[in-house]
Amino acid sequence: MSAWRQLTRGLSALTNRADADRDVTDEVADYLEHARADHAARGMSPAESLRAARMEIGGVTNVEEQIRSSGWEYQIETTLTDLRYALRRLAASPGFTLVTVLTLALGVGATTSIFSVVNTILFQPLPYPNAHRIASILEMNKEGSSYAGTFGMFHNLAPRTHSFDAMAVFKPWQPTQTGQQQPERLTGQRVSSDYFRVLGVGPTMGRDIRSSDDRLGGPNVAVLSNALWRRLGGDPAIVGRSITLDSDPYTVIGVMPEGFNNVIAPDAQLWAPLQYDMSQGRAWGHHLRTIGLLRSGVTEQQASNEINRLGHAILNEQHPVTYGPDVSFVAKSLQGEISRGVRPALLAILGAVALVLLIACVNVTNLLATRGIHRRNELALRAALGARRARIIRQLLTESLLLAVIGGVAGMIIAEIGVRALIAMSPDTLPRASNIGIGGAVLAFGLAITTVVGLAVGLLPALQATRSNQRAELQHESRSVTGGQKFARNALVIAEVAIALVLLVNCGLLLRSLKRLISVSPGFAAPNVLSMQIQTAGHEFDSDSVTHRYFADVLDAITRVPGVEIAALTSQLPLSGDNDSYGVHVAGDEQGGQSVFRYAVSSSYFAAMRIPLKRGRVIDARDRSDSPPVALISESLARRTFAGRDPLGQRITIGPPTPVYTIIGVVGDVKQTSLAMGDPEPGVYVAASQWGGDRAMSVVARTLQDPAVLGPAIKRAIWSVSKDQPVVRTATMEQLMAKSGADRRFVVILFEIFALVALIMAAIGIYGVLSSNVAERTRELGVRLALGASPPSVLGLVLRQGMRLIVAGVAIGLIVAAAASHVIVSMLFQISQLDVVTYLSVAVGLSAVAIIACAVPAWRAARLDPTIALRA
Amino acid sequence: MQEPNTDVIQGTLDMLILKTLSLQPMHGYGIARRIEQISRDTFKVNPGSLLTALQRLERSGALDAEWKQTENSRRAKFYSLTRAGHKQLGAETEDWMRRASAVARLLKAEG
Repeated sequence: MSAWRQLTRGLSALTNRADADRDVTDEVADYLEHARADHAARGMSPAESLRAARMEIGGVTNVEEQIRSSGWEYQIETTLTDLRYALRRLAASPGFTLVTVLTLALGVGATTSIFSVVNTILFQPLPYPNAHRIASILEMNKEGSSYAGTFGMFHNLAPRTHSFDAMAVFKPWQPTQTGQQQPERLTGQRVSSDYFRVLGVGPTMGRDIRSSDDRLGGPNVAVLSNALWRRLGGDPAIVGRSITLDSDPYTVIGVMPEGFNNVIAPDAQLWAPLQYDMSQGRAWGHHLRTIGLLRSGVTEQQASNEINRLGHAILNEQHPVTYGPDVSFVAKSLQGEISRGVRPALLAILGAVALVLLIACVNVTNLLATRGIHRRNELALRAALGARRARIIRQLLTESLLLAVIGGVAGMIIAEIGVRALIAMSPDTLPRASNIGIGGAVLAFGLAITTVVGLAVGLLPALQATRSNQRAELQHESRSVTGGQKFARNALVIAEVAIALVLLVNCGLLLRSLKRLISVSPGFAAPNVLSMQIQTAGHEFDSDSVTHRYFADVLDAITRVPGVEIAALTSQLPLSGDNDSYGVHVAGDEQGGQSVFRYAVSSSYFAAMRIPLKRGRVIDARDRSDSPPVALISESLARRTFAGRDPLGQRITIGPPTPVYTIIGVVGDVKQTSLAMGDPEPGVYVAASQWGGDRAMSVVARTLQDPAVLGPAIKRAIWSVSKDQPVVRTATMEQLMAKSGADRRFVVILFEIFALVALIMAAIGIYGVLSSNVAERTRELGVRLALGASPPSVLGLVLRQGMRLIVAGVAIGLIVAAAASHVIVSMLFQISQLDVVTYLSVAVGLSAVAIIACAVPAWRAARLDPTIALRA
Repeated sequence: MQEPNTDVIQGTLDMLILKTLSLQPMHGYGIARRIEQISRDTFKVNPGSLLTALQRLERSGALDAEWKQTENSRRAKFYSLTRAGHKQLGAETEDWMRRASAVARLLKAEG
C-alpha cells in the first residue's frame, strides 16, 4: 500500500509539477500565516509579527525546496534538469563538444576493437567443455624451442600416461573428392581415434571414430563437418552413405554439430582415422601434432614431469637417434599454444591502444579543465546564490558523463567498424579470427571505460572549479590561472608529449624492422617465378614409379609452355607453409643428428630458383632411381655437421637408417618457414626420382614475362597429362614473400594508426593549452605590447613557454620509450631496441609537429592589438 | 535565545508527530505548537523538517492529508493518523521506552 502511494505520489509530482508545487507553496504560506496570526494575537504589530514569523520559518524558498527534495522523483528531476542544462551548454560550444566527443570516440573505439581481438584470441576459453584441461604435447630441444612430436612418442606414451584422460595425434589431410563433375580438393585432418574425445565434442549425427577404425588397413570412414554435410545436400540420412575420396569409397559415419569450432585447423571439412603405418621407421618423423585431455586436477607441470620421465625411460632406449638425452617433453595449454605466435604482438598492440586511450583522457581532461576555468564566474555566481558544492559538482559530472556517453556511443560505432576492418586485414596466422566480435564482455568493457573516463575526467575539473574562493571570484573578474592549476595542465601536456613519443618510437622501430625484413634475401631469386602445387589423387599413384613418371611428364609439358624459361618440381616450397623435416645423421654416427628440411627436387630446381651452388655439382641425369642415392646440403648444414671437413663425398642418412646418401654438392641457404628466421634453416636436397612417397609436388616455373599471366597455360599443360589431378596454391614467389611478412605488416599498420592518432591528439592538446593560456594572458600581453615589446618578442615568449613543455615531454618520453621497448623486442628484426636513428628522428619529428601546434597561438599573441587587449 | 530550547532529538520527530496526531487531526503549524507546548518549550520544531516529515509520513501511508477549512475560515492542510500510523506509533513508542529506560538505568548505575 505504502509503496503504491510512494510511486503514485512521485509520479503525479513528476507529471504535474505545477500542482505539486502549488500544494507545497500553499502549505508553507499557510504555516507562515498561522505563525504570523499567532504572533499578532500575542500583541505584536502586523509588520513585527510577519517579520517574526519569517524569522521562525527561516526562508520560505528554502523550506519549499527542502520539502520538494524529499521525494524520490526529485532525484530524477534534478538529473533531467542537469542533463538539459548540460545539453544546452554543449550545444552552445560545438567546437569544444566536437573535439571532445571525437577524442573520446577514437580512444574508446580503438581500445574496444583491439580488446575484442585480444579478448577472443588470448583470454576467451576455447569453445570446448573442458577447454582449460586441453594441452598440446610437444618435444623440446636443448635450446628450448619446441616442435611437433612423432607417432612413436604418441604410441608409447598414450597407453602408459596417468596424467591424461585421452591423447590424440593428427596431421593435415587434403583428399580429393571425385565422383562428381569436377575433382575437388578438400581440407581435412587424419586423426587418431581419441581426437574428438580430447576436444570433448563429438558428432551429433552418427558416431565418433573408434579405435577399431584407427588401425593400418582399417575401414575407410569419415566424419563430416556440418558445413560440408550441408554442401553435399544436407541429406539427413547421410550416415552410412559413401563418398569418393582419392578414388576410394569412404563411408560417412558421422556429422559434427553446427557450432563445432575446430580451433586447431579451422578450415577442416572432414576427419578420417589416422591409420598410421609404422613400418620403415616412419614412426620417428616429426610430422604429427599431439594433444591431450589432462586428467581432472592434474596440472600442466605434473603432466610434463610424467611424460618427460616416461619419454626418457622408453624412447631414449627405443629410438636413441631421435631421442637423445637433450630432448624433453612438455605439456602446454592448447590455448596458449595456439596464440603463442601472436601473443607478443597482440599484447604490444593492446599496450599501444591503452596509451592512445590515455592520451585521449589527458586531452579531454585538459579540455574540460580549460573550460572549467572559463566558467568560474558562472560557478561562483551559482554558489553565491545558494547552490551547494556537491550540487555544482554533480552538475559538472553530469556534463562530463554526458560527453563520455556520447563519445562512448560514437566509440562503439568506431569499434564495430574497427573490428570488421581488423578481421579483413588480419593475417592468416591470426588464430580464431572468425570468432572475433563485439560480444557482451567487450561491450561491458567499452561502457566501463566510458563511465570511468567520464567520471575521472569530469571530477578533476569539477573539483578544481569549485574549490576556489567564491567571493574573490565574484569581486574581480580574474582571468588568470592559479599556480597549482597551471602546473596540473602543464603536467598533462608533458605527459601527452611523452606518451606520443613512446608510441612513435615503437612504431618507428617496427617500421624499420619491416623495411629490413622486406629487403632480406630469401636465398633464391623470387621475381618471375610462378609456383603451384599438384596433388595426385587415385590408386594409380600408389606406385612410386608411376608417380615419378607422371611428374616427369608434367615437367616436360610445363617446360614446353611458351614463355616458361625453366621449370622444376620440389616436394616442399620455401615460404609456402610446407614444413617437412627429417633427422639427418652422418652415416654410422647415431649421435648428434640435426632436424633438417628435406626437399625432393627435379634436377632443374636450383637453376629455376637460382639457388647458388657453392661446391660440387647439382643433381643431373646421372641420378636415376636405380643409381646410388645422392644429396646436396645447405651451407649451414655443412658448417654444422662437417665443421672444417670437406662435406663432399660424405655419407648421410635422412630419417631411416637406410638408404645412405652421398653428398655431391653444397648450395646456399634458403628461408623456408619465414623471412624473419634469424638463424639459417638447414636443408637437404635429394633427387625426386630417388625418394618415394611424395604424392604432392610443387611446380616452380621461371618465366620470361609476368609470371601470373602464365598460370592458366601451365595448368592446361598439367591437365594435358592427366585431367584428374587438382592444382592448388597458385602463387608467385613474390606473393609468398609478401605473405611471409604479413603478420608484421599487420602490427606495423596498427602501430602506425595509433601513433598517428597519438600525434594528432598531442598536437591538439598542446594547441589547446597554449591558446587558452594566450587568451588568459591577453591583458598582460597587451600591456607588454603597449609598453613597447615588439611582436616578435611576444611570439618568442609564448613559443618558449610551449617549447619548455615539449622538451620536458620529449625527454621523459625518450626515457620511458627506452625502458618500455623490451616489450616489442620479439617483433624487431635486425635492429636494436635502442636504435639511435629511430629515437632521434622521432624526437625531432614530434618536436616539429608540437612547435607548429605552439606557433598558431604564439602568432595570434604577437598580432594582438594592444588597445583592444587592454580593454579585455 | 531567551529560552533554553533545543531541536527535537534526532529520529524522534516522526514519533512526536504521530503521537500529536493520535489525539486529533491537525495542520502543520498546529502540530509544531502542540509539540512545543507539551514539551514545555523544551523542543523547538524546525518548520522545514516538520513539513518534510509530514510529506514523508503521508507518502509512507502513516498519515492521510486533506485540505479543510479552519475555525477562522481559512484553508489548511489537515493531517490525520491512519491505521498504519497507529501501528507505527505503537512500535516506535515501545522502542523508545525501551531505549530511554535503558539509558536511565545506565545513568543511575553510574551514580
